[in-house]
Amino acid sequence: MAEYAVAEHALIACHDCDLLFRKPRLQPGQKACCPRCGAVLFRRKRSGLDQSLALAFTSLVLFMLANAYPLLRMNIAGRVQEGSLLTGIEELYSQGYWEISALVFVVTFLAPLAKLLCLFYVLLPLRLFGRRAPKAVLVFRWTELLSPWAMTEVFMLGILVAVVKLADLAALTPGIALYSFASLMVSMAAGDAMLDEHEVWDRLEAAGD
Amino acid sequence: MTNQAPTAASAGYLLCHCCHLLSRPLHGATHPRCPRCGAVLHRRKPNSLARTWALTLTAYILYIPANLLPIMTLTMSGRGEPDTIISGVKELIVGGMWPLALLVFFASITVPVLKLLVLTFLLLSVQLGSHWRPWERTVLYRLTESVGRWSMIDIFVITILVAVVELGALATIEAGPGAVAFGGVVVVTMFAAMSFDPRLIWDRMAPKEGEVPSHSRPEGAYRMQR
Repeated sequence: MAEYAVAEHALIACHDCDLLFRKPRLQPGQKACCPRCGAVLFRRKRSGLDQSLALAFTSLVLFMLANAYPLLRMNIAGRVQEGSLLTGIEELYSQGYWEISALVFVVTFLAPLAKLLCLFYVLLPLRLFGRRAPKAVLVFRWTELLSPWAMTEVFMLGILVAVVKLADLAALTPGIALYSFASLMVSMAAGDAMLDEHEVWDRLEAAGD
Repeated sequence: MTNQAPTAASAGYLLCHCCHLLSRPLHGATHPRCPRCGAVLHRRKPNSLARTWALTLTAYILYIPANLLPIMTLTMSGRGEPDTIISGVKELIVGGMWPLALLVFFASITVPVLKLLVLTFLLLSVQLGSHWRPWERTVLYRLTESVGRWSMIDIFVITILVAVVELGALATIEAGPGAVAFGGVVVVTMFAAMSFDPRLIWDRMAPKEGEVPSHSRPEGAYRMQR
């Protein structure tokens, strides 16, 4: 990498206003904010890779439950029907609205799943062997790019509104997937809160292939 | 302090947008990449203003059909009633569900409208070289970027309704073209917020005598001084 005069690890710049200053040393649980615009630059989390991995694993199990079981069961005049996220996506597609179908598929299924799998791929070898998996750097970059598109928590609110709208139409029974989605929302949010990206980047840089 | 504040750009550093490493590309490196994560480095997001304008205008145009066309149609025992975004909110109010009505109103109407207005305001203020309250404008940007995803609620509601209500002659729910336009608005405004570079707000504050305004240097001609 002769092309660079790399890594002024002592310096940091704000991603929102570009202010350059000396990187503060943080105690676990502290965060560094930009003195000019107030952006949170990075935080040192109390948690380590263990917690992130545990939560990623929890999320993955919940994700499978949330998509394998029906979300809601509806009973109108003796006729019972069940629906899940994937049947909704399929139904949208068959109604000819492939654009929405694809959008929903990406933000509620593909992006969260890919994000979880990517996290595993990067964190597991790092935690177990202190090494980075092949292309781990690239994969972790994808993870960061995917993050804004994984919308599990928004989907949960969507479920809530849909339940209320359906409630006066028919008798509803919540399915296993409904509880799984609610728990998935919590575990993914906790996972995001626990993951210290800066630490992962530092470790990736330090670890050998 | 605001005026003499050293920036990464003025010191010759590039900040990686992905892993936040600071690095200095050497002479003649035209497409520098982050030495740690490999992301392409830019002093500022490329063509930030033009891209954000294009996406914002697209979103304005899509916003019209998103509100005029039905987002879904509920057919019950042969009678169909198309729902637009606003009529869906009204329905919730009539049904006495005003907390949810507020939630949907906020997510589907307030957020997209405010997002478009804020982006337009930020773009104009940067282009006019405004020095007005850079801190507040940066906070406004951060809010805009983080709140956009919540507009997806209505799309998810349609997905679930369509999944569950499919009872042949009794009742069916079909999505409507308004939903496509609305989904478009959400995605396009998310991209618009991502392509806007808040550092441009601060660049306008910087120029002092003898200093080249940092936005007037072309991207490729980036040089470091050792």
